[in-house]
Amino acid sequence: MMNNVITVENLNFSFGKNQILKDISFQVEEGDYLGIVGPNGSGKTTLIKILLGLIGPYEGKIIFNDEIGNKNSIGYVPQGAIKRDRLFPATVEEIVATGLLSQKKGMKFYSKEDYRKVENILKKLGIYGLKNRKIGNLSGGQIQRALLARAMVSKPNILFLDEPTSALDPKIREDFYSILKEINREGVTIILISHDILSIKKYVNKILYLNREIIFYGPYDQFKNSKEIAQYFGITSRD
Amino acid sequence: MKEFLPLIMEALQQDFILRGIVVGSLIAISSSFLGIFLVLKKHSMIGDGLAHVSFATVAIALLLNKSPLIISIPLVILSSFLILKLDEKADIHGDAAIGLISSLAIAVGVLISSISKGFNVDLFSYLFGSILVISKMDLILSIILSIIVILIICIFYNSLFAITYDEEFANVLGINSKFINYLISTLTSITVVLGIRIVGTMLISSMIIFPTVTALQVSNSFNSTILISSIVSIISVIMGTFISYIFNLPTGATIVIINGMFFLLFFLIRKLKNNN
Repeated sequence: MMNNVITVENLNFSFGKNQILKDISFQVEEGDYLGIVGPNGSGKTTLIKILLGLIGPYEGKIIFNDEIGNKNSIGYVPQGAIKRDRLFPATVEEIVATGLLSQKKGMKFYSKEDYRKVENILKKLGIYGLKNRKIGNLSGGQIQRALLARAMVSKPNILFLDEPTSALDPKIREDFYSILKEINREGVTIILISHDILSIKKYVNKILYLNREIIFYGPYDQFKNSKEIAQYFGITSRD
Repeated sequence: MKEFLPLIMEALQQDFILRGIVVGSLIAISSSFLGIFLVLKKHSMIGDGLAHVSFATVAIALLLNKSPLIISIPLVILSSFLILKLDEKADIHGDAAIGLISSLAIAVGVLISSISKGFNVDLFSYLFGSILVISKMDLILSIILSIIVILIICIFYNSLFAITYDEEFANVLGINSKFINYLISTLTSITVVLGIRIVGTMLISSMIIFPTVTALQVSNSFNSTILISSIVSIISVIMGTFISYIFNLPTGATIVIINGMFFLLFFLIRKLKNNN
């Protein structure tokens, strides 16, 4: 039996009088690869920012299974990270090392072991050769891999990604999703926001279709056979 | 060059020159250490705003016949917190909040100087800086405070870097970005107050901005940017002090002009590198 990593119960969130999320309830199980989809303004980013503790207060309950996915074992690739200031003077190594800061108590200095961890994750993601390159001089795909390395260097159990491939061309996007699938096979639970349901459908095992409230939550096979959803995305049963 | 050597030797015999170089170099390091965070977070103008506030606080100190350093530091820190609060709570964006506080402070400074006769000359020396006004007490306080600023930045370096690159990701890591922003404001306030002795309230922000922007032209990493900006800033202070002594020029303005020349040089180097 699978363990629930995150349980969300009756979550409601408003900005002033504008209700962004209404009565959201779902569970994420260990090893899940969950795709969160929905139109612009549907509350996808708000939902994961609430899960990450970045915004609040909210009504309802969010329960993390501390043994599997406490706050120290979360990785995050934020939206728009790829479009950050290209003149920013930082090497890939400097950026990736920051992913280890959540594990540091008191004085947040890096040890030799930390730099070894950075090297290992860079090798694993195939970007070790870029270690000393300035982040702003890299291609979009390389930057996104570096940011994935930053999220993965602390060996998290849950990985959140918010539209990680929106600025990448189709080939690079496929490569990126393949890497994510490999990470998921190693046991990391993945929660991925995407506009591009057709690109992620072969990788995710669950879909959460959100439009301020949950329209659909369940396995992709059921999702594609859901009449309303299929109509919305123009998916035929052969997809 | 030979004809200037005796003048440089003569300058080295002067206590005020040595004090200026020591205090100036320490401020050069602390402002370079802070500058990278302020410039990259697009908060460069906070140095300018706080310098204007320090003009008012110096006027208050002179009116009360107290040490400008001791009166200014807490008042400028409070003003920097007020700027942050206006930004956070009153929906007044950072640059507008800086504009509000700094113009208000200038008005207070001008009013105080107009109603109280007798210290306008002193106040003028704080406007454009003068190494002649650095007392031994100032020297000791400046050394201690500059070292504290540099040490605190070194201790929080990795958290500061993480927040500067990606504040949202840093928050997910559990880094308290609000605390770090208040810390940067406090350290900037101290550095600005120390720096106005050398370059004055009108020019201190250039010591925070110029060396970092100069280093950004050629550096690839965060560490190297801080190193290059510190070296450029120290050289500017030392050269500026000697040149101002030899040619009888205002020290603060000379330091800023040399910083400007370094920027131009590094900018051209980057352009040449890119063309090749």
